[in-house]
Amino acid sequence: MAIASAAMAAATLFPGIIFPNEQLKGLPDGDDIKWKKSPCRFCGVGCGLLIGVQKGKAVAVKGDPASEVNKGLCCVKGYHSVLAIYGKDRLTKPLIRRNGKLEPATMKEALDLVASKMKENIAKHGKDSVAIYGSGQWTIPDGYVASKFMKGVIGTNNLEANARLCMASAVTGFMTSFGMDEPMGCYEDIDHADVFVMWGNNMAEMHPVLFSRMLDQRLRRNGVKIIDFATRTTRTSMASDRSILFKPQTDLAVANAICYEILKNNWHNRGFLQKHCVFKSGKTNIGYGLEDKFQFKDEPKDMTLEQFKAFLEDYRPEKVEKLSGVSAKDIKYMASLYGDPNKKVMSLWCMGPNQHTRGTWMNNLIYNIHLLTGKISTPGNSPFSLTGQPSACGTVREVGTLTHALPYGTVDNEKAREKAAKIWGVPVTNISPKPTYHTVEMFRALDRGDIKFIWIQTTNPFVSMPKLKRYREGAKKDDRFVVVSDVYPTPTTDVADVVLPAAMWIEREGMFGNSERRTQHFEKMLEPQGEAFSDAWQMIEVARRMGYEKYFPWTKENHVEKIWEEYYKFHEGDKHGIAPYEVLKKESGVVWPYVNGKSTKWRYHAKYDPAAKGDSFDFYGKPDGKAWIWVRPYEPPAESPDNDYPFWLNTGRVLEHWHTGSMTRRVAVLHQAMPHSYAELHPNDASRLGVKTGDKVKLTSRRGSLVLPASVNERGLPTEGQVFVPFFDESLLINELTLDSFCPISREPDYKKCAVKVEKA
Amino acid sequence: MPIKSYLALACENQLEALRTEVLALGCEVIPAENKDVLIVISETKNEEEDKALLEKLNSMKNLRHLTLVSAFAE
Repeated sequence: MAIASAAMAAATLFPGIIFPNEQLKGLPDGDDIKWKKSPCRFCGVGCGLLIGVQKGKAVAVKGDPASEVNKGLCCVKGYHSVLAIYGKDRLTKPLIRRNGKLEPATMKEALDLVASKMKENIAKHGKDSVAIYGSGQWTIPDGYVASKFMKGVIGTNNLEANARLCMASAVTGFMTSFGMDEPMGCYEDIDHADVFVMWGNNMAEMHPVLFSRMLDQRLRRNGVKIIDFATRTTRTSMASDRSILFKPQTDLAVANAICYEILKNNWHNRGFLQKHCVFKSGKTNIGYGLEDKFQFKDEPKDMTLEQFKAFLEDYRPEKVEKLSGVSAKDIKYMASLYGDPNKKVMSLWCMGPNQHTRGTWMNNLIYNIHLLTGKISTPGNSPFSLTGQPSACGTVREVGTLTHALPYGTVDNEKAREKAAKIWGVPVTNISPKPTYHTVEMFRALDRGDIKFIWIQTTNPFVSMPKLKRYREGAKKDDRFVVVSDVYPTPTTDVADVVLPAAMWIEREGMFGNSERRTQHFEKMLEPQGEAFSDAWQMIEVARRMGYEKYFPWTKENHVEKIWEEYYKFHEGDKHGIAPYEVLKKESGVVWPYVNGKSTKWRYHAKYDPAAKGDSFDFYGKPDGKAWIWVRPYEPPAESPDNDYPFWLNTGRVLEHWHTGSMTRRVAVLHQAMPHSYAELHPNDASRLGVKTGDKVKLTSRRGSLVLPASVNERGLPTEGQVFVPFFDESLLINELTLDSFCPISREPDYKKCAVKVEKA
Repeated sequence: MPIKSYLALACENQLEALRTEVLALGCEVIPAENKDVLIVISETKNEEEDKALLEKLNSMKNLRHLTLVSAFAE
């Protein structure tokens, strides 16, 4: 069995090895196994799984051949996903801190205490003294209840989710360029594109099933090229046709240089530009958000194509070569791929451009390239922003569980507030027009004492927040009250005053929304363990204790269906219509806009999108139907290496572990494959330091230090002067060292760049 | 009883030679369809033996890159 699993784990990284028939081999069999469909619990790809349930236990997983996402393929995390339900230390009873120690309590006691603390703080300090911090791993009903409870009923915009840390720049990128969030294309673009350019995106490890689909296309079709544009060499680079490395932050300059080359060689699509685009400039030298209560508002100004060309004069490839380390030849090569009228191009990115102090700008710049060439909104021509979490799109972006957002529109929009108030049955004055705290500022407010009560659900911020020490210590202060709903003990439950055991994934009914606007339903397949129940129901129980029962009149049995029916009203229409509950239950996923019983695969083109007017492109998110091409310059990061701290620190994920590892580290196979974190060094740096794989190195930044084993010439290869550390390991907290600088537009932190020194420990 | 799987990338046009080298070390080999990659499955008696095997794998002359995918130990 172990041999088969080892082979399986390796094979899932490449196409042509694991297909449904092969996956069936060795699976438990029997008439009493019921196979039920569900999206995977882990990443934002949203693979369809079939889960074998036998005698009330999930016993097996196979890829769902009916799923258009993965067509029966699974990665190593998906294949072992159900094992994450059965860790020995699952939280099954509520815990309340008494005399400094977390002690078992009843669910009634715990929920009573949460409700009374929330009420007490609102009465004493005002409604903006309480907050909920949720997750892109929340189901859509969880996020919807949180939004209605906080924004509609209590009347505070103190609602955020961890997706702020991973996709906020994607949202502001879409909003500023197109006026509507989420990709215009879908995964089917992979079957049509001739060229794939990955911008700082290690897809082979982070989105392995999609990467396999891409490799599969390269095998099937002549001339398909994969370009890996990144700051370190990874498995993705190894499998690509060309690996091009750039110095951290200089992707801004290279993207502009590509635009320069496209215009210089007349590869731009004049007709498309004239009819469907306008040019805009914004503020520059916009800061890094390092100070508390940082404020920024952009001011778009009209530009012309000629002014845009003049701006790009500073980004000639030969000049950018010196800054970026990318040869002018490689820049011209990339530009030629985008500029070739006979090639369909797909750009893919995730945390590289998003976790960036100019994340919104980077998203804008990738759109600029596609807009200049008119390669957008048609099969295979697709700038595609991938997400990291299973429902970052569905729950956070679509339900709007961020301080500025509502399930439809934003809090500062009067019509959006009126619509929400009407659907929720609350006075419109309940909904505040002012956003309060984005994630970093929310934890700063907790540290300062502006927030006294925080309820954290389905996320582990005291591993994942940057500049961790400040925020962890802030949460521990005397008059703060921290509630944590989760499935396992974590460093976050360690600081909690109340811990609520949560039902996990298929222990309750729900929906996730993946990267390609696909909503996927899963039924309750298992009984939750111990006294656990869903995050949504925990919030409903607390709301009822606070006297808000009339806003949540549903039963435990029907609440998911009733929530969906209510949420459905927010998105009616052909621009964002979502599928009815019965359709979601039946299908293995439905892509919105769902119009006249059909998914819309490509938006903004009349051939594919019923909402688009005219006979071709219509970027209807903007009032004049035109997409915006932005002038966005190169600006340096908040912190760069210097004499005292000469290395770049880059952080990220690994194939085997999901985010902070709280679930996957409880799966023996995954834990044994990747038991601890490490510091990946370039061999020349390792040799200078006298360090080989396994030796301890000490990393120090201006915020803290950490000793961990070195990794040289193993999985990944950073460039000289760079060190890469995964963040999944709660015993080796790399975020003690990271910096809480963020993109001033999206407020998403930059986890990819800060300065450290490296010493042999 | 460590059991491990690796992805082994061969030097240019040396996939078959690499396959022979890996088989000679007693590992199981699954060739991938994309022709540049082998899946290597190793099973050893203890950690010491596993470490020695890894050193041999890493020193194969036709190997461009070896990367661990999964590991099982009892």
